[in-house]
Amino acid sequence: MDAILKTEGLRVEYRTRELGQKTKVAVKDLNLAVFPGEVFGFLGPNGAGKTSTMNVLLGFVPPTKGDAFLYGVSVRQPIARQRIGYLPELTYYYKFLTAEELLLFYAKIFRMPKAQIDGRIDQVLKLVELHEARTRPIRTYSKGMQQRVGLAQALINDPDLLILDEPTSGLDPIGRMKVRQIIQRLKNEGKTVFFSSHELGEVETVCDRVAILADGELKAAGRVVDLVTEYRCDNLEQVFLKTIDFKLAA
Amino acid sequence: MNAAASFYSPVQAIAGVVIRELYRRKDFYVLFVLTALITLVLGSVNFFNEDKIVRYLKEICLFLIWVSSLVIAITTAARQIPAERENRTLFPLLAKPVTRHHVVLGKFFGCWYASGLCLVVFYFFFAVISGAREHAWPIVNYFQCFTLHWFMLGVVTALALLGSIVFAAPSSNNTITFVTVTTILLLARHLNKMALSLNEPLQTLVYTFYFGIPHLELFDVRDLIVHDWAAIPWLVWLGALGYATVYAGIFLAATCYAFRQKSVN
Repeated sequence: MDAILKTEGLRVEYRTRELGQKTKVAVKDLNLAVFPGEVFGFLGPNGAGKTSTMNVLLGFVPPTKGDAFLYGVSVRQPIARQRIGYLPELTYYYKFLTAEELLLFYAKIFRMPKAQIDGRIDQVLKLVELHEARTRPIRTYSKGMQQRVGLAQALINDPDLLILDEPTSGLDPIGRMKVRQIIQRLKNEGKTVFFSSHELGEVETVCDRVAILADGELKAAGRVVDLVTEYRCDNLEQVFLKTIDFKLAA
Repeated sequence: MNAAASFYSPVQAIAGVVIRELYRRKDFYVLFVLTALITLVLGSVNFFNEDKIVRYLKEICLFLIWVSSLVIAITTAARQIPAERENRTLFPLLAKPVTRHHVVLGKFFGCWYASGLCLVVFYFFFAVISGAREHAWPIVNYFQCFTLHWFMLGVVTALALLGSIVFAAPSSNNTITFVTVTTILLLARHLNKMALSLNEPLQTLVYTFYFGIPHLELFDVRDLIVHDWAAIPWLVWLGALGYATVYAGIFLAATCYAFRQKSVN
């Protein structure tokens, strides 16, 4: 089976402003492959290189070395992003628009046929449970609703691959549960989900496979059950702490 | 779908959001109401039963329209890209099959069309007030005045967009663009005369500057309406529109280049 998301020897360096230090290596020779229908968890402590990797996948930052591909197309080509949906962390969508108008805007960006747009907007608004608030301006939405409108925009083009950056960050338990349910439903529909999260319990529940990154390097990758066995741990949290070499204070 | 339509579709969508933003914000309404109030108050005063006083009224109203249009064009264009970055809406936008060129062009056309819509409202109001007093409708003069004004706003919009990439804060960009535009409008026509009185190499320097800057004052043809002058020859009018298009294009190309170099993080 061909990977739909792949990185090959991916290296990302940033110029720093510190004296005597010209570059900071955010990602070191990362090789990843995500296959169709998988829910893939991308884990790592803050500063591990997760966001840098996502930035390359989404075309925000060019790779310093190596390359990344979506559906076999280099991420340097904008067309590589035609079949993906992306939910960024903590985004404040155009407050003066309603959910319906926001989705119409993104549908037009994807050059969706007019005949399909209305039906698709109805479908995603129902999926994220915002159909009753569809004509209200986004500025009146709660944080959880804003996150769900974000999910709706990520789904408007009926993507085969969803890239979610900490989708439950800052949400209350009900909001988290709703987002988790949506991910589960997308998985059941055969969608591929690639998401970063710090909520390891959540990752353990919904992910088929995970990759753990630390200091820009891939420390571990595989099925949660296999990693737990391999590292002789009780759960993913212990595997995570072990792989990033975290020492508990005495 | 052909390549041109495929390129223009995201540009049109982005422009649509800018236009929607403008009519949902209060800026335009405040400026329009202020202009209308000042004009109506001045229009209601009868100065010495003098009919010619209507020229001053027209001049004041057109001046207010120019100031309001500059404020609308500059503030709207200056906040577009910084707001996208601050609210992080730039991320989901660029994660779609959209390039940074699309974003710049979409923002430009959105701001320019929005300024055009505001101008239509302002000029319509002006025509009604002026026509009610003078019972004359010099349509061609109005058309030339409006189109030249609108194309001048295109150059200003592109300049403000470039400033929004170069300068850190929208407020500093607003001030710098406004000062630059006002200086060009007031002083640019005198630069060549000033250069004549200077020694080399300063003379060449001032001349280079004179020929390099966009002469926005050329687009200020308010006198056509105020003094009922004959319309500008159509070829000259067309040349002026071309001149504005070239400068707007140069500023937009510079904006695209600067935006490409800029990290979105």
